[in-house]
Amino acid sequence: MLNDFRLFTLQSKVLSNMKEIHEYEKDLASIRSVMERSGKFISLSGMSGILAGVYALAGAAAAYFVVHYPISPFDFRIYSITDDGTLWKLIAIASVVLVASIFTGLVLSSRKAKKAGVTLWNSTSRQLFINLAIPLVTGGIFILIILYTGHFGLAAPASLVFYGLALIHGSANTYDEVRYLGFCEIGIGLLSALLPGFGLIFWALGFGVLHILYGAILYNKYER
Amino acid sequence: MKNPFENLDRVLEHRVRLQIMSVLIANETYDFNSLKEVLGVTDGGMASHIKALEKEKYITVIKSFVDRKPNTQYKITDRGRTVFRKHLDALEALIKQQKR
Repeated sequence: MLNDFRLFTLQSKVLSNMKEIHEYEKDLASIRSVMERSGKFISLSGMSGILAGVYALAGAAAAYFVVHYPISPFDFRIYSITDDGTLWKLIAIASVVLVASIFTGLVLSSRKAKKAGVTLWNSTSRQLFINLAIPLVTGGIFILIILYTGHFGLAAPASLVFYGLALIHGSANTYDEVRYLGFCEIGIGLLSALLPGFGLIFWALGFGVLHILYGAILYNKYER
Repeated sequence: MKNPFENLDRVLEHRVRLQIMSVLIANETYDFNSLKEVLGVTDGGMASHIKALEKEKYITVIKSFVDRKPNTQYKITDRGRTVFRKHLDALEALIKQQKR
């Protein structure tokens, strides 16, 4: 009788230990998922990617009429920009595209964040912002120097390459798709550097077509 | 071998506290509201767990103002990092022992 009782307490002790072990396994699993979630910014809007691509294509079309018209954009030329007026017009177009894209991205992402009940500006998005900003600001200054020294043909490749680097640098804090977009931008940028004179085509491809493609993938995967 | 149960940290046996520590291991600093969002915990629950971790000096609080609104950031301490690692090792040892 006494033996039975001792056996019973031993059994229940083992059982309760086993239950605890299961809880500890859950503890370990939750650490992993929490670490993952805490470092990722998931309010990034795919729709804003699509719109940014559309703006870029519109900007590229406008640039074509400023610079090349009526020559076909696929014809090879070395000297596209011959006067300061043209340069300023191009800078203005690029700035409008940039500001419109950033504005759309902010509005749509904050809407997505609100829907999910989270804030847009948190530790993760701050980290993402810093990681994106370092290569982007470097690239921006670099391109200004390029324009100042008159190497206009390298402006488009440089913008694509630096943008790609920024995306790869920032991708640790958001969707994996951003990393692949980054690699594609760098590839197109390097190709564009090899083929000077076709900057506008590559620019439209990198900032227009790729953004629409990537935005559509993101939208399909996370927003529908 | 020593009993791995002894190496478990009493304070970190609570899952939410363990999760708060995980977030602070993975991120330099983290603010109160973001922590709440990631872990899905209520205001009151979060505050009590934060207080417990603070009392043990596992985390430190950095208070500042952003746009005149108070902003509270948390950061893991060296002590917290050591304790967390030890606790994880103990968890791992326990699970390994059980599987044998």
